[in-house]
Amino acid sequence: MKYMLLICDDETRSPSTEEMAADPVHQAWEADLERRGAEVFGARLRPTSTATTVRFRDGETLVSDGPFAETKDFVGGVVVVDCADLDEAIAIAAGHPYARWGSVEIRAVWE
Amino acid sequence: MTADVQAVRAAVDAAYREEWGQVVATLIGLTRDWDLAEDCAQEAFAAALTAWPRGGIPRRPGAWLTTTARHRATDRLRRDTAGRAKLRQLAVLAREPDESPAEDIPDERLRLIFTCCHPALPFEARVALTLRTLAGLSTAEIARAFLTAEATMAQRIVRAKRKIAEAGIPYRVPPAELLPERLAAVLAVLYLIFNEGYDERDGRRALAAEAIHLARVLARLLPGEPEPRGLLALMLLHEARRATRVDDGVLVPLERQDRSRWDRALVDEGVAVLDEALATRRTGPYQVQAAIAACHATAPDAAGTDWPQIAALYAELGRLAPSPVVELNRAVAVAMADGIPAGLALVDELAASGRLDGYHLLPATRADLLRRDGRTAEARAAYEEAVRLAPSDADRRYLTARLNAL
Repeated sequence: MKYMLLICDDETRSPSTEEMAADPVHQAWEADLERRGAEVFGARLRPTSTATTVRFRDGETLVSDGPFAETKDFVGGVVVVDCADLDEAIAIAAGHPYARWGSVEIRAVWE
Repeated sequence: MTADVQAVRAAVDAAYREEWGQVVATLIGLTRDWDLAEDCAQEAFAAALTAWPRGGIPRRPGAWLTTTARHRATDRLRRDTAGRAKLRQLAVLAREPDESPAEDIPDERLRLIFTCCHPALPFEARVALTLRTLAGLSTAEIARAFLTAEATMAQRIVRAKRKIAEAGIPYRVPPAELLPERLAAVLAVLYLIFNEGYDERDGRRALAAEAIHLARVLARLLPGEPEPRGLLALMLLHEARRATRVDDGVLVPLERQDRSRWDRALVDEGVAVLDEALATRRTGPYQVQAAIAACHATAPDAAGTDWPQIAALYAELGRLAPSPVVELNRAVAVAMADGIPAGLALVDELAASGRLDGYHLLPATRADLLRRDGRTAEARAAYEEAVRLAPSDADRRYLTARLNAL
């Protein structure tokens, strides 16, 4: 079994990656994961203000700013892609079957 | 060679209007740093004020300003370690100006405008960013024009720039397969800026001129695309009627506007630009709207308006860009071309559909057609409803005047 943990908050604190790395609670959590050998893949997303949502309807790619929060969508899976820029990510997202009835939210990963 | 201070001031002002966007666009192209680009462009214009009186106004002010801004950027980047690393990547920055003649600098504004109007940015941020980086309006000016607090507008612009960097929005002209969709987004931003400037309130008048300027640049930089010309023609044809649209704060309907005061030079230019666009035989919503505006602008008088042609153009527009507002306009044209009952039937159909509920021009249009048909009591009720729904004082005053004239 694999689980994806979606780490959520309301973005009011927004600690930097350096602050996160320096946080003893976070360090302990990471040490615990390592001890268990549990981490398959992890990524921290930049804030929802950098999100882009893609839908594909009637042969057209519809791009909108922001996350899908206003809808009742739930995350049904995640894929991490490595590509040139947002336009390429949009092209990839638009081709995913879920873009035809749901939506694909693109979030840049902290690097 | 020296130049007097007044001449320099005028030359710098002119260069600011013409070259600001190009200087910023070039610097962003070189550094990918939007704030650095704007700061250095600002410094280059300030430097011109002291250098030009001594050395004379350069033959190509844009090239002088771009070179100066580039040197400032190089200096700043040299000052810190991260900047020096970046500088090595951007070797082009360190080149001496005579190695890269200004004639070879491509017009970067196209990349800039497509990036500012990227659909991943919130719409109001696209508008603000376009006015800031391409037109060189200050944040305070933009805030004033959109009746927003300056701090709010500044934050909107900062967030948009951050998203461009962090979400990886590319700085480029979109490839052919994306161009139609992305171009539509750019045109929508320019048209919104123009319409905001169509309002006569303080601080907004300049927006119409900026929108026309940007549309000219876009049309010149995308000669193969007809829609930027369509939009430019539409703006010019609207602008030609500006002086007669409002009288003493009251909107004047087209048929009562003093046609002798329409700006003939703008009408002629609008029609000529539209003809160039139509010659490509690739129609689009802006060309059709411009064609409608041209029908009005070139009619000898209100009675001589080619209403059957306008009705056909609205039908075409409805096919290209379906909207209940377009259908309402078509209903008016049909009423004028085929008789009031035919137009009223279309208006009633629209009203029954509920798609324009709450829109003041629906009862206002109905009222006007009923009045022309002599159905005064029904017209009165419709005008009263329109007054209740009117969004602005000018609209309310106009509708009240029509009501009182029954």
